[in-house]
Amino acid sequence: MDLDTLLSYKWGVMAPEFIILGVATLLSVLDLFMKKEASRKPLAWLAGAGIIAALVSVFLQLDQEVTSILYDTYRLDFFSKAFKILLLLGTLLVIVLASSYKKEEIDENRGEFYYLLLAALLGAMMMASSADMITLFVGLELLSLSSYIMAGLERRNKRSNEAAFKYVVSGGIATAITLFGMSYVFGLTGETNLFLIVQNMQDEELLKHGFLLVFAFFITFVGLTFKIAAAPLHMWAPDVYEGAPVPVTAFLSVVSKTAGFVILIRFIIITFISAPAAPNIDGEVMLLQVQPYVMALAAVTMVIGNVTALRQRNIKRMFAYSSIAQAGYLLVPFVSNSSLLFELIWFYLLAYLFMNIGAFTIIQLLTTQAGSNDISVFRGLFKRSPWLALPMTLFLLSLAGIPVTAGFVGKFGIFMGALGLEPAHYWLAAVMMLTTLISYVYYFNVIAVMFFRDDEGRKISVPGGMATVLAFCAASTLILGVMPGLALDFFYGNFDINEFFMRIEEVGTHTH
Amino acid sequence: MSTWLLSILIFSPMLGVLVLAFVPSHDEKSIKWLGILGTLFPLGTALITLSAFDMSSDKLQLAETYRWISYEVFQSKGEVSYPIFYEVGVNGLSMVLILLTAVVSVLAAVASFSIKKNWKSYFILFFLLEMGMLGVFAAQNLFLFFIFFEITLIPMFFLIGRWGYVEREKAAYSFLIYNGVGSAILLIAFVSMFMKTGTMNFEKLTETFSLPQEELNAVFITDGYMMGMLIALLIAFAVKLPVVPLHSWMVSVHVQAPPAIVMIHSGILLKIGAYGLITFGAGMFPEEFRSLAFVIGLFGVINLLYGAFLALTQTDVKRVLAYSSVSHMGIVLIGLAALNEAGITGAVFQVVSHGLISALLFFLVGALYERAGTSELNDLGGLAKRMPILAGVLLAGGLASLGLPGMSGFISEFMAFLGLFEKMPILAAVGTLGLILTAVYVLRAVLAITFGTEKEQHETYTDLTSAERVPAFVLLAAIMFIGIYPAWLSDMLRPALDVILLGLGG
Repeated sequence: MDLDTLLSYKWGVMAPEFIILGVATLLSVLDLFMKKEASRKPLAWLAGAGIIAALVSVFLQLDQEVTSILYDTYRLDFFSKAFKILLLLGTLLVIVLASSYKKEEIDENRGEFYYLLLAALLGAMMMASSADMITLFVGLELLSLSSYIMAGLERRNKRSNEAAFKYVVSGGIATAITLFGMSYVFGLTGETNLFLIVQNMQDEELLKHGFLLVFAFFITFVGLTFKIAAAPLHMWAPDVYEGAPVPVTAFLSVVSKTAGFVILIRFIIITFISAPAAPNIDGEVMLLQVQPYVMALAAVTMVIGNVTALRQRNIKRMFAYSSIAQAGYLLVPFVSNSSLLFELIWFYLLAYLFMNIGAFTIIQLLTTQAGSNDISVFRGLFKRSPWLALPMTLFLLSLAGIPVTAGFVGKFGIFMGALGLEPAHYWLAAVMMLTTLISYVYYFNVIAVMFFRDDEGRKISVPGGMATVLAFCAASTLILGVMPGLALDFFYGNFDINEFFMRIEEVGTHTH
Repeated sequence: MSTWLLSILIFSPMLGVLVLAFVPSHDEKSIKWLGILGTLFPLGTALITLSAFDMSSDKLQLAETYRWISYEVFQSKGEVSYPIFYEVGVNGLSMVLILLTAVVSVLAAVASFSIKKNWKSYFILFFLLEMGMLGVFAAQNLFLFFIFFEITLIPMFFLIGRWGYVEREKAAYSFLIYNGVGSAILLIAFVSMFMKTGTMNFEKLTETFSLPQEELNAVFITDGYMMGMLIALLIAFAVKLPVVPLHSWMVSVHVQAPPAIVMIHSGILLKIGAYGLITFGAGMFPEEFRSLAFVIGLFGVINLLYGAFLALTQTDVKRVLAYSSVSHMGIVLIGLAALNEAGITGAVFQVVSHGLISALLFFLVGALYERAGTSELNDLGGLAKRMPILAGVLLAGGLASLGLPGMSGFISEFMAFLGLFEKMPILAAVGTLGLILTAVYVLRAVLAITFGTEKEQHETYTDLTSAERVPAFVLLAAIMFIGIYPAWLSDMLRPALDVILLGLGG
């Protein structure tokens, strides 16, 4: 590859990534030269401005045709744009939480906090725009490594250290598993580019080794369940969520999970959609052969998440299990091979972003001011601060999937996905409905503590930034609940399912 | 204006919420009066709607349709749009139930004068509840129906859990979980129907399901599927109605919730179950419904007898009334199972009549509890002396409940049984036993309260205040009006019921 080739690429399509990379670098340099005691508030503003700029550039790219540069290692299609919007929006809200997170232990590392968030975001965005196993993996690692450090940011807090350590160890194992599975895919097809893998999938020779493909599928799938916190690799979530600082928990539960779904959809769907059936097993194509098992995994995730959440007194642990349960719901359209899976997962993640970050904003306010993570911090909140209790109720109702909230429309869509195809997956829908009912108990328990218990403690003061996040999340949850068309029409207006599966022949470059 | 009328009606309670938002929460008096005014506005709108309603037409009236959400489903035959509309409209049946809702809501708001704390949030939730109920009856598609159905659940959860009696939270949870199960089944059935047919509109669904079987098989709608859907719907609404053995939540709600809320719950919310059975069950799956008629009738008789027997053994008058509601809902099932004009008319009459009667009785018991601090039959007695009006109205309500001719209860029971005797005489004969039991338990409870020896502490009790007399007399008047002149109600219902009967082939 010579300089001409390098210059012939349309680097402009990478503008959002470049902005984030630039801001992250700038922040790390600034942080180095700033006085130790100086407030790091300007850094947060800068990070926020960078994310907004990146968000704007993503929106400006909306009309751009599908573009692929660097041999498909970077690919700009609507799928990547749609999910980048989620990632950027989520991180933006988390930055606000992070800047209002009042804990002494974190003050000395606050600068790191911001640029690590941006680095993690960059990794997630790379995943959204990759169609090559190598870059997908690099993006995944960038996200993971930054997250490991962030989890342990409260250096003198034992729990935070424990969280970081557990996260590193289990994350490392999950990465190894993912990579092991990917190596099988590479071994069988001889390619790392997802579209070339698909082409080679049709090879006669490969048909004889169909079972290896099934093996590769399960290994990578299981490895990737780590990021979305779904069974079988979900056990890290409660400990890490509990120990990590609240903004990091919010980041892990929303942005990191979204990124997990991005790689899951991109990698699994493109690679295995046309994978041949393994011999000696019933079914026409591989994805249908493995479907019962991945459906079982989704069902197990929903059951584990919801049933274990029932027993939690610690609000952060409860939300960890709730987030496992939500991952289970999100897996439903994925494992039922619905053609609606793109919009359903995207919409639910959008709804989830608002309701979960909204809830974590209030959790952060209450737990840091009370110095406890017990559910009792919510006691009598309606009497003390009705303007916190009302949005929290809205977020909880949305998480539980009650109508007039975004969560309901998301769940409704997921049911459409599960019941839409022939044969309809009634039992999966039934498991989801049943576990949703179980979730009523613990979500409404928080509501009951806020409304029905006597008031104790003092009023909660809300910093301006957090109030803005709260208002924004609450309004979005409500608006998407009443007019989901706003988001869905935006998606349908730009999305073309063929585009996702189409390989773009690069112009002006030679093949390798 | 008239095209918006129904939407204005549905969302009219929100005006009350808006106004209340600007009233300081400690201003008890203004809040309570605004609470009543806030329910009068929907009542007025409902009356305007009634005047715009053409009773002789069997068409859907005052219909409104707006495009709302649209899913593009990628299928083998290309992209297919799955639109969801905002569709409302009324037929005779829903018009009657909307009126019932508006009337009972006003009276319940008057009864809410006994609420002791947090009046502002109470009335805000109350208005949300009313909006949900109005919406349920006006909705013309499954999506909208489900949304309003769920909207009624959440305010109820709070109203029971915050303003109820001692074991209020337990009752609230049991309400939430039981109804949650019901709506869970409902949602799965609704989504499944939507995905199979591509529509959620009641009329279009009814049309689709009545297509010849060969055409249905082509879109994967088999006999078994339709039966499965009907059974799912029956179970979902059986929770709401409630049908034995799914009734325990309802008894605890009736005992623990504040009286005004019980009036609404027993008067209207339970009727959503009956409305669903008629509209979705009998309306959409007539053939399957026909083949299940005996089972439905059997459950009706079981409900009637089981409720009556348990009502007979209770010592708490609230429990007597709760089981009496279980028993009376059995009559709705009995009427539906008959599948003929008399039966179905009886079922709908029972829905309206029981709505009024139970609202009246629970209101009186609430007023009684207010004074005596107890609703145990053993602690009450001889009240006719100190409070003649309360005792008199209670006796009249009791007589209406046991089906005295000249009261609304008589018409409905008579017609439901008339229908069932025609189709299943043996079952009907067993069922009549329930009517005798009803007379026994109603009189036992009412007489124990009003007559008998007077307890010493009763001397301080006062009769119904003039504010309390309004709901009592209005309800009693309505009960007697329907009892004496049932044609008014049946004329309004006839076109809607004829459509259902036509489907049932009756």
